[in-house]
Amino acid sequence: MEKPFNNRAWFMVLPVFIIVAFSAILPLMTVVNYSVQDTFGNNQFFWNGIGWFKELLDPSSELGGRFIDAMFRNFLFSFLILLIEIPLGIAVALAMPRQGWTVSVSLVLLALPLLIPWNVVGTIWQVFGRTDIGLLGWGLTSLGIDYNYVSGVLAAWITIIIMDVWHWTSLVVLLCYAGLRSIPDAFYQAARIDGASRWAIFRAIQLPKMSRVLVIAVLLRFMDSFMIYTEPFVVTGGGPGNATTFISIDLVKIALGQFDLGKAAALSLVYNLIILTVCWVFYTVMTHYESKDGRARP
Amino acid sequence: MTSIILENLAHAYRPNPSSPADYALKQATQIWESGGAYALLGPSGCGKTTLLNIISGLVIPSQGHVLFDGKDVTHLPTEQRNIAQVFQFPVIYDTMTVRENLAFPLRNRRVPEPQITARVAEIAALLDLTADLDYKAKGLTADSKQKISLGRGLVRPDVAAILFDEPLTVIDPHLKWELRSKLKEIHRKLDVTMIYVTHDQTEALTFADKVVVMSDGEVVQTGTPEELFERPAHTFVGHFIGSPGMNILPCTVSGTNAVVDGRTIALGAAYAPPAGARIELGIRPDFVHLAPHGTGLPVTIERIDDLGRHRIARVLLDGRKMAVTVPDSVSIGGDQASITMLAHRIGIFADGHRLNPAAKEA
Repeated sequence: MEKPFNNRAWFMVLPVFIIVAFSAILPLMTVVNYSVQDTFGNNQFFWNGIGWFKELLDPSSELGGRFIDAMFRNFLFSFLILLIEIPLGIAVALAMPRQGWTVSVSLVLLALPLLIPWNVVGTIWQVFGRTDIGLLGWGLTSLGIDYNYVSGVLAAWITIIIMDVWHWTSLVVLLCYAGLRSIPDAFYQAARIDGASRWAIFRAIQLPKMSRVLVIAVLLRFMDSFMIYTEPFVVTGGGPGNATTFISIDLVKIALGQFDLGKAAALSLVYNLIILTVCWVFYTVMTHYESKDGRARP
Repeated sequence: MTSIILENLAHAYRPNPSSPADYALKQATQIWESGGAYALLGPSGCGKTTLLNIISGLVIPSQGHVLFDGKDVTHLPTEQRNIAQVFQFPVIYDTMTVRENLAFPLRNRRVPEPQITARVAEIAALLDLTADLDYKAKGLTADSKQKISLGRGLVRPDVAAILFDEPLTVIDPHLKWELRSKLKEIHRKLDVTMIYVTHDQTEALTFADKVVVMSDGEVVQTGTPEELFERPAHTFVGHFIGSPGMNILPCTVSGTNAVVDGRTIALGAAYAPPAGARIELGIRPDFVHLAPHGTGLPVTIERIDDLGRHRIARVLLDGRKMAVTVPDSVSIGGDQASITMLAHRIGIFADGHRLNPAAKEA
């Protein structure tokens, strides 16, 4: 078919371009601008080149040390919650009913935590875990278990991890459930005829059919958990000490607490790049298998 | 090799069936011989897939028994019956190669690895899949995937019957013939019982030694393709098999004469139809010939279809539609003509069921 060619069609793209410019490009460029300058207040800025970046990536400096520590905590946190939420989500999805009224009931129950705002989740768990009035904290302490998220590093970590698992496992469950529902009955019938065990059915049918949604689940949960801020901020405030201070919490401290705009800007850019890189690696690795040509030798 | 006997089998999907309409499959006994190629033929929703799933064990019948070689397997789970099933849409294990797909049923049954290798190679050769063995099964075409599904059944040396549930639905027309002849070839080589479900009469008639025609949860006739064509046991079979189907005309019968709308038609034998039954006369278009006006029953021609090898005329006999053969020698001018029926090819049906000619009266 002959396609008409008209350069004026570019005007059609203009509104999107303007919106994206104001919502993403201009703020990002402002951050880039801050990251190469220093200020002592009064809105006076001095050129600092890549000084902040050098300091940030040098673990021996004060800023670099903080950054490396916080980044380690971030990766540890994301790793732990993925390790728990993905298998748990798959397990719950497999156990969910396939038909009848119980389907709707379980879907609604599972969706509930997803509807609660972050700071409310934080507050719920902050109260829940308190040793004086919180059911969890009081119960554990009464049983003689040394649990106090305000003073114990382990207790604080366990609390925020369980909180995240409680809040977000449902998302993984719902995605996996959707993947499972798309498998035609004939596959299960064929597997029964082939004498496949429960595990073999999972390996040969269910897991491959879920792989696409699992990529999405892992990416979403990684991005979300890597930029976690509100819940630990509400529950532990980053403590005890700096034990639960993640990059985002540190960033806010530097930018708004100390008003070090240059350092904070450099930190946000690096933070952003880390997320982009890790997501790209995840995506490439996880879809590598998918995109491989079916005719290629294994 | 296994003979399959379905004893007083009936199935209703809902509990406590009360009327015959509640049954997806009405009570009947079927005996299927070992090593036969059977086709279950019928329109959608006639219960043929239910019957297939009962044999494979995916559905437990509400009553009756399934016997494999005389052994009751009614409540035996699918994996313990020696059957394989090929589904409408190809079922393959995406992440596995063709080789792993074929080995899967054997690995699940813990067959020693050298035996698996040998058996997979043998079956792959039989199905022309040898060249594809190390490719991912996912990337193959639909017909190859169906061959893999079939292969997963065939690798099991103990497999007694292979069930096909409309296996050619998603196959390109030009490959259907090829795959169907492959099935016939395998049937000849391996001598397994094959049961083939389809709603396509060409598929059924070309594949099977015996065709089981089903309608509304009932088996209306089991027979060779010739029997179904020449002596349909039911007007449904007469109408469903053959293209176009049998001409069915309501009539009254006494002795060797039938009367249709006041016109008398001679029959090949004498019949004594039961009183009060709905009596119909059936004759295939192949045995009704069109002739010039004035030489038989007068008809009005609606149109003549040239089907290549022969011509079929659509005619009206006193307002009743009929399909008749136009002999090569006959040319008709105008829309008025006559038809002649071959008397011994006429069947008489009471309430849909074929009547046998009455015994010679003493």
